[in-house]
Amino acid sequence: MTERSGQAGPDLNLELASNLESVDFAEEKTLEIAARCGIPEEELHRVGIAIREAMVNAVVHGNRYNRNKRVHFRVHTNPEAIAITIGDEGGGFDPDALPDPNAEENVLAQSGRGIMLIRAFMDGYAVSPRPGGGTQIHMIKNLPGGNTAG
Amino acid sequence: MSVAVTTRRVGEVFVLDVSGRITLGEGSSILRESLRDCAATKQPKVLLNLEEVNYIDSSGIGELVSGYTNIQDAGGQLKLLKLTKRVRDLLQITKLYTVFEVFDDEATAIQSFR
Repeated sequence: MTERSGQAGPDLNLELASNLESVDFAEEKTLEIAARCGIPEEELHRVGIAIREAMVNAVVHGNRYNRNKRVHFRVHTNPEAIAITIGDEGGGFDPDALPDPNAEENVLAQSGRGIMLIRAFMDGYAVSPRPGGGTQIHMIKNLPGGNTAG
Repeated sequence: MSVAVTTRRVGEVFVLDVSGRITLGEGSSILRESLRDCAATKQPKVLLNLEEVNYIDSSGIGELVSGYTNIQDAGGQLKLLKLTKRVRDLLQITKLYTVFEVFDDEATAIQSFR
């Protein structure tokens, strides 16, 4: 694990175990940084849910709780935004192939809403293959007074 | 803080007072068990009081939906009481706000089951 502080803001670059404790940890650490960056309370709540959903995807669906696989968690801030990348070591997935959870036939589905919540709560979102294998979700939240659109 | 569920009876209605965070793991499983107990009764009438719930993730939303459909399948009804702004927002984003009957007042909610 490494933690760095620099002029552009605090950075985190961690490898986490594939368990639910890591989900709580990543949410807590991101919220500490986001609060220091001035993100208001209600938006903090939304950022927290987005991080939780991305971490659960990595731990549960990507790494399938495999203790030999790690979750790659990075947070970077600059004066305009906070950027979070969460990667797994799983088999990968195509976000475009996911059913629309808000489609009439899916509204009463028990699962499948995580990616939708991330998209709703963050200002930027992208899924890509992780270098070295697996999938990574990249998320951006603009900071109050920043100039970045996402 | 995880979730705590207290069940009480008001006439024929099970009122479940829920507090804490409904998230994947302990939080959602405690709620699942409470709703499963209700669904096992005859034509269950269930009112879920979410006044003390400030955090639900997609897994928690899944438990609400699952409870709703299980209780309907058992010939009963599940309704929601006193949503916090955060929970209301989540239900609106997921289009579930129009699926559930939602009340701000317990007495009115209890009456609606008759």
